[in-house]
Amino acid sequence: MTDVLSIVPRPSIAAGKPLLEVKNLVTEFALRTGVFRAVDDLSFSIEPGKTLCVVGESGSGKSVTARSILQIVDSPGEIASGSILLHRPDGTSLDLAKLNPRSRAIRSVRGRDIAMIFQEPMSSLSPVHTVGDQITEVLRLHLNMSKAQARTEAISLLRQVEIPDPEKALDRYAFQYSGGMRQRAMIAMALACKPQLLIADEPTTALDVTTQAEILDLIKRLQQSTGMAVLFITHDMGVVAQIADDVLVMHHGVAKEYGPVEQIFHAPQDPYTRMLIGSVLKLEQKAEIRLARPPLDTTAEPILTIRNLSMHFGDMKALNDVSIALLPGETLGIVGESGSGKTTMGRSIMRLYDPTGGEMLYRRADGKVVDLAKLEGAELKAARRELRMVFQDPFGSLNPRMTVAQVIGEPLLVNGIARGKELDERVCHLMDQVGLDPAGRERYPHAFSGGQRQRIGIARAITLNPRIIVADEATSALDVSVRFQVLDLLMRLQDELGLAYIFISHDIGVIRYMCDRVGVMYRGKLVEVGEADKVCNAPDHPYTQALISAIPRPDPRDRDRSRRFRYTEPSQVKNGSTAG
Amino acid sequence: MLKFIVKRLFWMIPSLFAVSFLAFVLIQLPPGDFVTTYIATLASSNEVVDQNTAAQLRERFGLDQPMLIQYLKWIWGILTRGDFGISFEWQQPVSGLIWERMALTLVLALVSLIATWALALPIGVYSAVKKYSIGDYAFTAFTFFGLSIPSFLLALVLMYVAAVEFGADVGGLFSPEYEMASWSLAKMYDLLTHLWLPVAILAISSTASLIRVMRANMLDELPKPYVTTARAKGLSEFRLLIKYPLRIALNPFISTIAWLLPNLISGSVVVAIVLNLPTAAPLLLQSLMAQDMYLAGAFVLLICALTLIGSLISDILLALVDPRIRLE
Repeated sequence: MTDVLSIVPRPSIAAGKPLLEVKNLVTEFALRTGVFRAVDDLSFSIEPGKTLCVVGESGSGKSVTARSILQIVDSPGEIASGSILLHRPDGTSLDLAKLNPRSRAIRSVRGRDIAMIFQEPMSSLSPVHTVGDQITEVLRLHLNMSKAQARTEAISLLRQVEIPDPEKALDRYAFQYSGGMRQRAMIAMALACKPQLLIADEPTTALDVTTQAEILDLIKRLQQSTGMAVLFITHDMGVVAQIADDVLVMHHGVAKEYGPVEQIFHAPQDPYTRMLIGSVLKLEQKAEIRLARPPLDTTAEPILTIRNLSMHFGDMKALNDVSIALLPGETLGIVGESGSGKTTMGRSIMRLYDPTGGEMLYRRADGKVVDLAKLEGAELKAARRELRMVFQDPFGSLNPRMTVAQVIGEPLLVNGIARGKELDERVCHLMDQVGLDPAGRERYPHAFSGGQRQRIGIARAITLNPRIIVADEATSALDVSVRFQVLDLLMRLQDELGLAYIFISHDIGVIRYMCDRVGVMYRGKLVEVGEADKVCNAPDHPYTQALISAIPRPDPRDRDRSRRFRYTEPSQVKNGSTAG
Repeated sequence: MLKFIVKRLFWMIPSLFAVSFLAFVLIQLPPGDFVTTYIATLASSNEVVDQNTAAQLRERFGLDQPMLIQYLKWIWGILTRGDFGISFEWQQPVSGLIWERMALTLVLALVSLIATWALALPIGVYSAVKKYSIGDYAFTAFTFFGLSIPSFLLALVLMYVAAVEFGADVGGLFSPEYEMASWSLAKMYDLLTHLWLPVAILAISSTASLIRVMRANMLDELPKPYVTTARAKGLSEFRLLIKYPLRIALNPFISTIAWLLPNLISGSVVVAIVLNLPTAAPLLLQSLMAQDMYLAGAFVLLICALTLIGSLISDILLALVDPRIRLE
């Protein structure tokens, strides 16, 4: 925090006067069913040069709060009451809440005094205009620059956000940038007019953890050099701990707690905040269920042995000579960044892809060993009954036109195992097992929350008494408070049913909580395999070290950014512009 | 890009041959030929043609030869001399007949196209931006009306209203005294006074569907994050609409050029017949009914060529407008 305090506040701003004061803000959405209050009686203020983090789970109203400040809430949302006072450096004050969303006054604030960056850097930039066009547009609009001036300025902005070769990058399109570069371009665009406040709405959620660390560093550095305030919206408590001066915790549109970051993390007052911090800290260590277990029998014959598995898509080696074994009853974590091949690996094991090389030896319950890579027809079908999958997206992976009973019972029905009353009874039992009320089995998936839907997905996976479950990012779409409940459920089922898991995730916290052993993937290769404790705390491979170093620690007292570094392959040094 | 265009042009050659052959076969498929139709027409006016005359006629037209030979002769004439053959019915060169009608067809099609776009695009954008407003409901009602009324019915009603209520001269594109006259300012003015009715009829139904398409395209684009980004920059709502969502919502329109060109000829057949317009469509219909195979074949070939050229143009335009297509 000291680095932030060292900034000298701009002399024009009266001492002690905050940059932005939000008082009793209410934002409502008029719906057919009545008025939905997305933000309810919210008050906070932001000092120049400081960072306020607004944190909350999905549906907490944090994004609507940010958009209310600029009056860009999507229709039919509008500010119902309250005030948003902007104290400009020239001494004037403006109540943004009173302005018409289409008025000239609010338009002169947008992009000039207050700028905003968004979550999804790809879709937030126009696909048919060059990045340069979109940056110069804001310069010409607010600062009345000529075309040539704006272009020179845009090049220097891109240089500031460390985009290589800015003269050429300016004339490229967003889809030619990698994920991290796009977010840098967004930042350059937002900072073009040197705003006093930058609103960042989950700017790093769609990025890999190493890219996230770089973007956070960049924002911090720019904040120090320009003295702007930052309103940072996130659901990631680790990020909050790393960058916030003050924290506002929101839940269902209401402020639960508002105070300095130190207080929020080390002396939380509100029960909801405590729960939030608790569930984050829970993921910092091994699960209690696993601590209570007897140690895993490492001498047992592995249930699945993968040898030299390769999967090439044309020239792209998504899996490059991967070898790993899975023991019975074990949870094997596969961790890596986007594009590392971890999802390809899960799908190859399920034979959703036909691997281009190598073998996957599966030991059946009767002791017979079969090669999954070569199975065909009835034998493949039989093996697929024993290997099941849980998917990432709890919304997309359930057919919206099937009732929950149909979704869960379908594997029983298509395999001709149960029908009629027996089917119904087994569905009820399965729903009980995953902690859902069987009374809701005739309802459709949309009536369930994200966590409940993931439970439905898990029930579907265990219907046929499988022996191995491949879980691909099974909890990454869930809020943190729901996440560990689903993880606990998976481990309970493991004890009850003797399952072995292959748990694919980019989240080291989840891996540490859940897994016995971990394999780390990087560009299609398995660079490190070892005990979860060892890999998460003292990894051997430099890539794993870099990955671990980039993870934001959920403790504001632990903010040493100097230990962070980016891994570059020793043989071929690339500029890091792989697809985000 | 140039390589792409050359490649596409090269591929058009076999497609055109295949299509021309198919067209030729299709026209010959119905039982009988032009001579049988001709004899039937004469018979209806109590003139009897004996077998010998019929055979002579067939020989003169080359109809007694196998189909393949007829086709090869025809296509050879087109390739070497640009000769599309003689229309049996009109006893004139086919190319002359077609070009005579194409000028007015083009004028009518272009004017109604411009009218359609000029109306539909702004209305579609308005309907999308002011979704569920009174204006949107009014335009929606209009579009459903325009879509559900068959254009020939609209033509009949408008003709009746124009002729009976306003005493306007309807039908055709010229007053009788100008029909054969050479081009002059007075003839131009006469054309304009006749043009508005077919243009209005053709524009109403196509405007209606285009408004729906534009509205749907815009509604897809408006909630996209890049629109919010532009708004957060401080752009005015109008500039923002024009520069970002409209630009992308127009892409599907560029794709429609592919079937817009052939529509110049074959589109609006019913309206053209009802209004007695001297455009290409009624001639096409007439040639098909009379089994006037060189005329019909030339028309089908022209329509196919225009379809291929249209899709080439729309592909090139799409690549120019959308960098995602150009660069990926």
